[in-house]
Amino acid sequence: MSAVAASTIPTDRSGRLLDALAQILPADCVLSRPEQTVPFDCDGLAAFRQTPLAVALPQTEDQVVRILRACNELCVPVVARGAGTGLSGGAMPCADGIVLALAKLNRILEIDPVACIARVQPGVRNLAVSEAAAPYGLYYAPDPSSQIACSIGGNVAENSGGVHCLKYGLTIHNVLGLRGYTIDGKAVTLGGAALDSPGLDLLALAIGSEGLLVVVTEVTLKLVPRPKLARVVMASFDDVVKAGDAVAAIIAAGIIPAGLEMMDRKATNAVEPFVKAGYDLTAEAILLAESDGTPDEVADEIAQLEQVVRTAGSTQCVVSQSEAERLRFWSGRKNAFPAAGRVSPDYYCMDGTIPRKHLGRVLGAIEQMEKKYAMRCMNVFHAGDGNLHPLILFDANVPGEWERADRFGADILELCVALGGTITGEHGVGIEKINSMCVQFAPAEREAFFAVKRAFDPAGLLNPGKAIPTLVRCAEYGKMHVHRGQLPFSDLPRF
Amino acid sequence: MTAVDISDPVLHEMRERIVSAHATGMPLRLRGAGTKDFYGEALDGEILETGGYAGIVAYEPSELVITARCGTRLSEIEAALDANGQFLAFEPPAFGADPTIGGVIAAGLSGPRRASAGAARDFVLGASLLTAAGDLLHFGGQVMKNVAGFDVSRLLCGSLGILGLITQASLKVLPKPRAEVTLQFDCDAQSALARFNGWRPQPLPISATSWHAGVAHVRLSGSPSAVRSARESLGGSVLDDHDAATLWRDRRDQRLPLFAEGGSSLWRLSVPATAPLEPAGADLLEWSGALRWRRCGVAAGNEIRRQTRELGGTATLWRGNGTGPMFDALDPASLDLHRRLKREFDPRAIFNRGRMVADL
Repeated sequence: MSAVAASTIPTDRSGRLLDALAQILPADCVLSRPEQTVPFDCDGLAAFRQTPLAVALPQTEDQVVRILRACNELCVPVVARGAGTGLSGGAMPCADGIVLALAKLNRILEIDPVACIARVQPGVRNLAVSEAAAPYGLYYAPDPSSQIACSIGGNVAENSGGVHCLKYGLTIHNVLGLRGYTIDGKAVTLGGAALDSPGLDLLALAIGSEGLLVVVTEVTLKLVPRPKLARVVMASFDDVVKAGDAVAAIIAAGIIPAGLEMMDRKATNAVEPFVKAGYDLTAEAILLAESDGTPDEVADEIAQLEQVVRTAGSTQCVVSQSEAERLRFWSGRKNAFPAAGRVSPDYYCMDGTIPRKHLGRVLGAIEQMEKKYAMRCMNVFHAGDGNLHPLILFDANVPGEWERADRFGADILELCVALGGTITGEHGVGIEKINSMCVQFAPAEREAFFAVKRAFDPAGLLNPGKAIPTLVRCAEYGKMHVHRGQLPFSDLPRF
Repeated sequence: MTAVDISDPVLHEMRERIVSAHATGMPLRLRGAGTKDFYGEALDGEILETGGYAGIVAYEPSELVITARCGTRLSEIEAALDANGQFLAFEPPAFGADPTIGGVIAAGLSGPRRASAGAARDFVLGASLLTAAGDLLHFGGQVMKNVAGFDVSRLLCGSLGILGLITQASLKVLPKPRAEVTLQFDCDAQSALARFNGWRPQPLPISATSWHAGVAHVRLSGSPSAVRSARESLGGSVLDDHDAATLWRDRRDQRLPLFAEGGSSLWRLSVPATAPLEPAGADLLEWSGALRWRRCGVAAGNEIRRQTRELGGTATLWRGNGTGPMFDALDPASLDLHRRLKREFDPRAIFNRGRMVADL
C-alpha cells in the first residue's frame, strides 16, 4: 500500500482554513473530524489512501469560488471529487489539503430537446442525464460501466469512455462546453452551445485534465437521438487470436458497431455463475458486437456481422432476439468488475490501449506474465477501441501480493507502450499510473505538461502530485526502464 | 531536454531555422501550401515552408488511423483513404487547392459534416510538435482512446501554429457511408431553420444541411436501408449524384460566389443552432443552423459582432479587406490563459506572432 505521510501543514494555517470554510459553508458541509474525513480517503482505487485535512461540500457555485479563493490565499491544495468512482486514485486526497466534494451540485439545469443539449452541474450522475432526456427520445452517449453512480464532473476530469465509444465517442466528443474556475477563483467559460469559437481549444485541454487545471461547475452536454432498435451478436471463438482478428475483419468490412467488446474464457467463467448471461463457457473468447439504428438497418448490419465473424472462424454465433436478451448478453460484460470481486478478495484493473492488431499478442504475453507473477488475470476489452481491462486477481491480506499485482500491472502497461499504445485509455493516470508516465513520455514532454499546468495553476494547488511525474520521480523509477519504443521487442517472450 | 530524434534532413533544416529564430527573437510564419494565408489576423515574420516534410508514415485501414507528416498534401491522404473505402469524416475544406495536412490541423476548420460527425479536433489522435527550443515532442498516439497526460494534440488542432510547428499528426478515419442521397426543398431561411430544428432530435442519418438562395438541402449518409427510409419520411426532391457532389464540394471549399473577394464584408457566424435568424440574418446556413454566413456593408461590422454575441455566438470577419480584426476579442480570463500558454511554449513569440491574438 502507498505510504501515508503525516500532515505537515502548520496548525495555525489549518485553523485558519477551517475558520474560512466555516464562514463560507453551513456547519454540516464542512467535515474535519477523522471519522468524517476517512470515508473520503480514497476513490475507486482503494489501494491508495490518504485522509485530507477537511472535506468541503459546497451547495452553490458561489461557495465553490469562495472556497477556491480561500485555499489559494492560504496555499492549501484542493482535490476536487465527484462520486469517487474513479479507478486511478485521481481523487485521493492530499494530507495537507482539502477535498472539494461536488456531489451536492447535482442539479440538471436545463434539457433543451430541440437543441439536443443538457446543461448540468458536475455532481449530476451520468445515467441521470439520460433518464432526464429519455422523455424526448434523447440520451447522453458515453456510458462508463459505473454510469449509475459516476458523476459528469468526474467524467469530464477523466475523459471517460464506455462500451459505445467506437461509434459515439468519448466524453470529449460529447461535451460542448463547460464553466469552471481556476484556483484563484477566476471564471473560465470554455466552448458552449455554438460549435466553435476563436482562440485555442482550451475545452479539449480541460477535458481529461484530472482536476489539475480547473474546477468545473457547469457542463453543457450533447444529447443524441435514441436509436429505434439495438441488437447484439454474440460470437464464440476457440482461440483469442482468432477473436482479435475478427475485430479487425469487422472494421475492415466497413462496419462501425455501436459496441464491440471481448471477454476471455476466464472472464466469462467468472461472471456466468452470477449473471447467467448464457455465455459459451467452453469458448476461449467471446465477442459482443452491437448494431443500432432503424429496424432495416440493424437487420442488414447484423447479417453482415454474422457473416464476418463466421468467416473469421467463430464456432458459435447467437443474435439477441429481444431487448431483454440484449441486456442479458451485456450484463456479464457490464458486471465483469463486480464478478472479479466475487471470485477473488481483491482485483486490480488495468486500462492500457493498444493498436487492435496486437490483441492476440498482448493476451499471449499476459498469459506468460500470469506464470511469472503466479497470479491469475481475467481479460475484458473494449475490443473495438483496443482498450484492455485486464483484471489481476490478488489478495491484499497476503503479504507481498499487492506489490506483485502492482508490478504485473506495470509490466502490462510497458508492453502496451512498446506496441505503440498507451498506459491509460479511459481511467486516467491519477496516482496509480504516475510511474508508467515515465515510460510513455520523455522528460521534455512531461515538462510540456508541467508548462500547461503552470499556465492554469502557477502555485500547483489543484490536485498536486497527480497525473504528471516529476523528473526526480522518473529518475527513481527509471533505472530499469527504457523510454517508449526502445523497449526491445526481443524482451517480450521473457514476460 | 530530450534527445532529438531528427535524422530527416528536411526536419533538421526546419529545426535549425526555428532554433536560430528562437535565439534572435525573429518571428516565423509557418506555411504549408498557403491555401489559408487569408485566415487569421495580420502577421509578419519570415516564411518557414513546411510542405517539404511530407509523406504518409503509417496507414492501416483496419486500425482506422492514418499518420502523416505535416507537409503531406490532403489529396494524397484522401487518395490513400479512398482506395480503402475510408475518408476524413470532418471533410476539411481544401479551398479549391491542395492544402497540407499540417495546415488542415493547425487551422482546425471542418466542412459540411461538422454538426453530425464532429470537428477536425475530434479526429486528432496524436501530434508531434517541434518547439521553439528545438525539442520534438509527441502527444497522444495512434490509438482510439488515450488519456495519458493533458490532451495537447487536440489543443494543437486549431492553434494556428502559435505554440510550435506541428510536424506530424495521427488522425482517426472512418469507412465511407455505403449510401448517400441529397434532398432539396424550396423554402426561405426561416423555414429551413425550422426544418433543421425538427430533424435534429430524430434518429435520422443526416450528414449535412445547407440553405442558400431560397433552397434547403439535406444529405443523408449511412446504410442503404437507413438512407432509404429517411428519404421516404423527409420528402423533398432528390438531387442527382453529380449535382449533389458539386453542391457539397462548393460548400466545403467555399466556392459559392458568396465567398468571393469583394467590396462588402463576409461574416462567419458560429451560433447555437437554435438561435433565432434575426437580427444577425444569414445568406448561407450550414451545420443545421449553427454556422451562418452573412454579406454586409463594412460599416455594419460592430453591429454584427454585437448581435452575434447576443445570440450566444461569435462572429469572424472572413472577408474584410483589412477593415478590422478577423476574430472576436477573447474574454479577459481566456486571454490571460492564452498569454500564459504562449509564454510557456513559445516565450519569445517566434511562431505565427499575432495570427490568433495581437502580440501572441
